[in-house]
Amino acid sequence: MASVMEMPKLSDTMKEGVVGKWLKKEGEKVTAGSPVVEIETDKATMEFESPASGLLLKILVADSGTCDLGAPIAVIGKDGENWQEALNKHMEKKGSSAKAAAPKPGTPAKPAAPAKAATPAAKPAAPAKAATPAAKPAALTAPVASNERLKVSPLARRIAADKGIDLAHVPGTGPNGRIVLRDVEAIEPGQGTPRGAEATFGGFAAHALPEGGVERVPVTNMRKIIAQRLTESTQTNPAFYLTLSVNMGPLLAWRKQTLAKVSDDKKFSVNDILVFIAARALRKHPEVNASWQGDHIAKYHFVNMAVAVAVPAGLITPVVRNADTLTLPAIAAATKDLIKRARDGKLAPDEYQGGTFSISNLGMNGIEEFTSIINPPQAGILAIGATIPTPVVNPKGEIVVEERMRITMTCDHRVIDGAVGSEFLKTLKGYLEDPVSALFQV
Amino acid sequence: MAVLTLREALNQAMSEEMERDPSVFVMGEEVAEYNGAYKVTKGMLAKFGPMRVVDSPISEAGFCGLGVGAAMAGLRPVIEMMTWNFAIQAFDQIINHAAKMFFMSAGMYSVPMVIRGPHGAAHMLGAQHSQCVDHMLVNVPGMYVVSTIDPADAKGLMKAAIRSNNPVCFLESEMMYGREGEVPDGEHIVPIGVGAIKREGTDVTIIAWNKMTLLAHEVAEALAEDGISVEILDPRTLQPLDEDLIFASVRKTHRLVIIEEGWGVSTIGTHIVDRVVKECFDELDAPPERVTNHFVPMHYNERLEHETLPNKERALAAVNRVLYRS
Amino acid sequence: MPAPSNDQLVSFYKEMLLGRRIEERAGQLYVQQKFSGFCHLYIGQEAVSTGCLNAIRKGKDYVIGGYRDHVQPMVLGMSARAMMAELFGKATGCVRGKGGSMHMFSKEGRFLGGHGIVGGQAPLATGVGWKIKYSKEDLVCLCFIGDAAINQGQFHEAMNMAAIWNLPVIFIIENNLYGMGTAIKRTCALDVLADRAKGYNMAQAVVDGRNVVNTYTQMTEIVENVRKTSKPILIEIQTYRLRGHSMSDPQAYRSKEEVESERAKDCLILLKDELLKRKLATEADFEAWEEDVANVVEDAVTFADESPEPELSELWDDVLAPEPEGLVFNADMYRTQAETAALSLEEVMARR
Repeated sequence: MASVMEMPKLSDTMKEGVVGKWLKKEGEKVTAGSPVVEIETDKATMEFESPASGLLLKILVADSGTCDLGAPIAVIGKDGENWQEALNKHMEKKGSSAKAAAPKPGTPAKPAAPAKAATPAAKPAAPAKAATPAAKPAALTAPVASNERLKVSPLARRIAADKGIDLAHVPGTGPNGRIVLRDVEAIEPGQGTPRGAEATFGGFAAHALPEGGVERVPVTNMRKIIAQRLTESTQTNPAFYLTLSVNMGPLLAWRKQTLAKVSDDKKFSVNDILVFIAARALRKHPEVNASWQGDHIAKYHFVNMAVAVAVPAGLITPVVRNADTLTLPAIAAATKDLIKRARDGKLAPDEYQGGTFSISNLGMNGIEEFTSIINPPQAGILAIGATIPTPVVNPKGEIVVEERMRITMTCDHRVIDGAVGSEFLKTLKGYLEDPVSALFQV
Repeated sequence: MAVLTLREALNQAMSEEMERDPSVFVMGEEVAEYNGAYKVTKGMLAKFGPMRVVDSPISEAGFCGLGVGAAMAGLRPVIEMMTWNFAIQAFDQIINHAAKMFFMSAGMYSVPMVIRGPHGAAHMLGAQHSQCVDHMLVNVPGMYVVSTIDPADAKGLMKAAIRSNNPVCFLESEMMYGREGEVPDGEHIVPIGVGAIKREGTDVTIIAWNKMTLLAHEVAEALAEDGISVEILDPRTLQPLDEDLIFASVRKTHRLVIIEEGWGVSTIGTHIVDRVVKECFDELDAPPERVTNHFVPMHYNERLEHETLPNKERALAAVNRVLYRS
Repeated sequence: MPAPSNDQLVSFYKEMLLGRRIEERAGQLYVQQKFSGFCHLYIGQEAVSTGCLNAIRKGKDYVIGGYRDHVQPMVLGMSARAMMAELFGKATGCVRGKGGSMHMFSKEGRFLGGHGIVGGQAPLATGVGWKIKYSKEDLVCLCFIGDAAINQGQFHEAMNMAAIWNLPVIFIIENNLYGMGTAIKRTCALDVLADRAKGYNMAQAVVDGRNVVNTYTQMTEIVENVRKTSKPILIEIQTYRLRGHSMSDPQAYRSKEEVESERAKDCLILLKDELLKRKLATEADFEAWEEDVANVVEDAVTFADESPEPELSELWDDVLAPEPEGLVFNADMYRTQAETAALSLEEVMARR
């Protein structure tokens, strides 16, 4: 009975076997226990002994040939025995055993030819690189939905879920705006104020934008602070708006006359007059020159007027301190200096912090009327529109053309009620239409 | 109750166990005639004789392996390492032999053995004498790791360690051997694998063991002045860890700081953070913080040594971070 | 000199034959992928274990050794089935599939293990010697180490302590001339390895381990002397490993002529010649013994093959020894965690 020699496993790390060299030729006599073939393992080349005595009937894997562990490599038997039959029988028997080594993919399954090519074939050439880079799938270029994921501590998230708080509406006070325990503790169940600016890009989320259609402008620190403070303002301020129209004719006439008489260094703008007059109106209405402090309202006995100034990087509000005590030329000089340095980016923090009230003027841009967002912790801001010749009905019932300017005041309702705000605006209007009364604080 | 030093508490525990069980013996460098390099075994030679309190050659691997063999054959050795720095010589015996023998023999041969000695930095001893290996030991299955400087805990844990049927690595502290505390007389067992709340608090949990517990108390006192309530948890046993106690404390305070002597890479602290994040994720209000040695060999210079080790400044900063205080 | 009796010589032969044949079979089974891991065969060295271990009180005196450990525990009474099943990693193996080829243990034979760290078992033997002396027992501890282990530091520490404390430990260097593929001549300056004992003022002996009669006779005297004096001894037993260090050893470090000349001195052949010379057996007896041994070997292989794998639940077994109640808590936490994780995985699968 012929026996089949299999590729032995000679080490645990051996994955396949290589026949190094046959030490006997087909037809030669072999004895059990004597070396018959050299097997190359991953570690070394070793002589391997014949499992039986007889003739080496058939070599199935030639010198340098590779095969799987356990694959037949030779048949040994008596003279005249049919090696093919013996091999078929062996493979049949192995086939029924689950442990039989499966032929490698690509290796001919025919039992008679389990060997791989003995001579190393030329390696297939590396696949040629595609001449053009593969087209990018369009969807992948879609912008990220929002540049800021909601950051919440696990505990805050759980408590918010328990209380039914919509975290999207909760401002985070932890690092990087993380919503932490203290942020959700104070909020009543089911509440949360709308979250502002962050969501503005969200509408584009689902849509693939054409490449090049979007320019991503890095956010400057100033832009970040503007976003944060104004978002905080709209989220926390119950704001309302009061608008009235002022006849600026007399004031502008007075300014024209006066400017003709003063030296250049004492010249002043309409805006300077507005600061001067508003400051005096505020002194008369300290309930408007005030701030919400949670458990109390702070009323200020001085007026630090913040003046919104557009600068290349965004918006800044330099503060004219004690504006209610300064002369008009002093206000003009201070404002001019602040604006210049604001545009040069040279303001010190205490020059744009500590305002008690704000004025924002877009009249020079032709804006007729607009609303401003309160600059916290202040309680009010004046939005000044353009002065425009306007037909009005005068007390005599005649239609006349007057130089009219519209002022809209944004009020924090926690501090300023409608009537209080109206009283202030009434005073302001009176001062503007009759500047002499402002001088005497009537 | 008597007031004992840490070294006296350890001595008492070993002596009581040796009186109770004749199979217990102590072996190590200078333990007998010299009365112990740090006097932990003082007077024991006179009491128990040279077969039970044995001066070894300076052969850490050798006498640690001797302990393993003696334990396999039925004795209960207490092997003193002059410091755990020297025990690194014996890591083959600890890791490859002591910890694996019961397993490899499928339960035929157990190794009831204590390997004990001071651990971590003392004061200005330089790079080779100031190390922590606790985090290496806890990552080996088949043995326990105990670490304490509290005299009462030390007595109770040492008695438990000697009675245990498995290898116990017992980590003490050179600087703390003179530290005093009230120690219960006689039969006082602190079970292995049970931690202790050393100070109750509500705002933040500090986990610390061995001499880092002292730093934790210092930090807690400083923060109490600001109205911050710190809970201090001493696991006492590092393998197995009292995870339930840790989870309960974190669920209460929602904030965790681990003060751990030794280098900070892949440590007991990182493991605790892993477990806490897994089990208490929804309870955390801040990422857990760890205070460890800087990742440098120990300096000899006093100022640099102080800066390398966890210190009050760094510990306070870590606690403030988890509290979102700036 | 207590020479072996005729009956003993016959039983030695059968014992050595079983060791030889079962290892030859193990070698075949390894290349047929019946088991994996390392497989270090003892073929050629059988006279050492038979000569030494028949010289002690089996089951009372302690024995510890290295990783070439298939044969020693069988000489001490462990069954061929338990050995082969352990090679197969089966639940019926001597350590329930925890050790494999390198880590055989036997309680009944007081075999304290096959150890995988070269020289690491030497201090353990010293510790066993300490226990014997501490408990004033009438026993000895035999420690087998390979020739290359004498260059390991722990071996020196162990020798030194055994000597200073007069412990009844018999250190046996099985000198098969090669530490893996490195000739001992290249790694040790001594001509006689037993001279290592001089550094410790320890007794020493050199034994021809190819001749089992000689080995047994000398060892019997040495063992009883150590038992009586409680003084350690270092013995160099000269032998030869007829196979490679492991199954993947090409043996390029030694010549075929050397191996062939050693085959002529094969301990099994020498003993057979001795038995024939003394007319204690005929060729027919040898054939019958071969058949008996073949049956034992095949029985062991069948048993191992048909034995069950260890249960998956055994994964957690024997990590820690059982403790007295109330002494240790939370020791099973990793097991609990793993089981919880497995449970949730099942739940996930159930949902699919």
